[in-house]
Amino acid sequence: MTQQLLDAPGRPVRPTEGRTPAARTARRKAALHWIAVHALGVATALFFVLPFVFLFLTSVMSDQQALTRDLTPNSWEWGNYAKVFDTPGFLTWWKNTLLYAGLGTLLSVLSSIPVAYALAKFRFRGRQLSLMLVISMMMLPPQVIIIPMYLFWAKQFDLSGTLWPLIIPMAFGDAFTIFLLRQFLLTIPDEYLDAARVDGCGEFRTLLRVVLPMAKPGIAAVALFQFFYAWNDYFGPQIYASENPAAWTLSYGLESFKGAHHTDWNLTMAATVLVMAPVILVFFFAQKAFVEGVTLTGVKG
Amino acid sequence: MSSNTLRSKRRRSALRTAAFLSPWLIGFSVFFAYPLVSTVYFSFMKYDGFNAPVWNGLGNWSYVFSDYPMFWPSLRNTLWLVLVMVACRVLFGLGVGLLITKIKTGTGVFRTLFYLPYLAPPVAATLAFVFLLNPGTGPVNTILGDLGLPTPGWFNDATWSKPALTALAVWGIGDLMVIFMAALLDVPKEQYEAAELDGTSSWQRFRFVTLPNISPIVLFAVVTGVIQAMQYYTQPLVAGKVASGVIGGSGQQFEPGYPDKSTLTLPQLVYNLGFQRFDYGAACVVALVLFALAMVFTAFLMRRRGGLIGTGD
Repeated sequence: MTQQLLDAPGRPVRPTEGRTPAARTARRKAALHWIAVHALGVATALFFVLPFVFLFLTSVMSDQQALTRDLTPNSWEWGNYAKVFDTPGFLTWWKNTLLYAGLGTLLSVLSSIPVAYALAKFRFRGRQLSLMLVISMMMLPPQVIIIPMYLFWAKQFDLSGTLWPLIIPMAFGDAFTIFLLRQFLLTIPDEYLDAARVDGCGEFRTLLRVVLPMAKPGIAAVALFQFFYAWNDYFGPQIYASENPAAWTLSYGLESFKGAHHTDWNLTMAATVLVMAPVILVFFFAQKAFVEGVTLTGVKG
Repeated sequence: MSSNTLRSKRRRSALRTAAFLSPWLIGFSVFFAYPLVSTVYFSFMKYDGFNAPVWNGLGNWSYVFSDYPMFWPSLRNTLWLVLVMVACRVLFGLGVGLLITKIKTGTGVFRTLFYLPYLAPPVAATLAFVFLLNPGTGPVNTILGDLGLPTPGWFNDATWSKPALTALAVWGIGDLMVIFMAALLDVPKEQYEAAELDGTSSWQRFRFVTLPNISPIVLFAVVTGVIQAMQYYTQPLVAGKVASGVIGGSGQQFEPGYPDKSTLTLPQLVYNLGFQRFDYGAACVVALVLFALAMVFTAFLMRRRGGLIGTGD
């Protein structure tokens, strides 16, 4: 395709240096182009940002005003946020979410590192097959195996009504974490590992002393993803925790919040803001790791 | 002697590999292989979780395919989502990716703003959209009404519920934007310069330089989009629940799909059959249909070596 274009006769449009009329036209064209692109950018940004703005404005409206068509609050009711925190259960949901997301992330990263390392750097029979199975697990919708899993946790271990059926499996390698880390570890040159081995390091020490320090950005990215996954998870808590409100997470509880305050859009929106805010704050502190992770998910160089 | 040491060395290295893989080997057996086999087993059983399972032959299968009123509507919805929602997400994601590569001033700010909605937790984002799009007093219909435009019922109207979900999905385009942006920046500059020298229009440059270079990424986005559409669960379920007004953590039962089965997807059927009707056998049939669909597209992703998910070196 490109070759065809190269062969096609055409006129050079490169502006010559200097103050010729042609250069002026080119400059004006560039300026117009700049304006058009940035105007489109602002319009697109509005589409992305306005929902947040309306969400926030409603969250500080009075009870009565939230039921009207008004877009901006007459009086700023910051007390709505305090009312959300006073809702029975809200703090428990926070605690449960932090437990699920924090402990789950820790366990899944710790258990996935050696697996990812072996898949990236060891040569063994069945490696290709293992990797394909990891990808299949990663792509498996959780609903496919939920019936036997629920029976397993509820009947064998009597753990329904808790979040443990969601946390314990994380100690046995998470497919998504393994896959992403493996992609990252592939980018570490083998020479570093060979050098460590020549120095008499065993595989475990090589992993600990040489690979892990170099893999920090990758580990940060997968930890973030795992944390967000647990924070956002709705299906897991719905299956295992719904029967016991003391085990609800924010994502699951938030929905019932609308039920308890069915006409109070202002309080529901304040609670929604409070569930979104931590994720967005974490993002601002870890933007680089995050974007790195997103690029890792699909595209390999 | 030397062959002995070689053999023991090999055995040691196999043991070492097994040790490193051990967490996942357990995870794979207990949380993947066993429940998958078990799902197949239950799909042939009549089982409600209380009485012992009884052999039911193909009974569950014929029930799901011919008598369960939610199965075909949910497949039709999924097809709609694949054709419209995935297409909108990919086109819009590509457009925003292109736009961000052209923006020269304040790139970082724009990129962050475009990316943020992707981070919004699904339940929170869905609640926000049900509010924004609520037919009576929501900001969107308020603005549409002031402009003299029609004000649809969105999540409360069976013809508009899927477009409303599509708006929500398009809002969270951040992941695709980043992937497309990376791909666009990877297109060799010389190719653009050469094409420009030849006096091509910007559309021609897009069509004959950009598109061929990024087509593997477009394909990746489409296939993963299809997989996501088949697994679509939280947003349609929460939207239906909240818009219908039937909520309550454990109390009231909500029949998914509100309004009029228009937001049903396959994973919701597993929940409905298994955890609301206690028909575990039929739930496992739907689970296997979902499994088959997911694996077909995953296999497609893996077979496209060198562009999509890399399983090679």
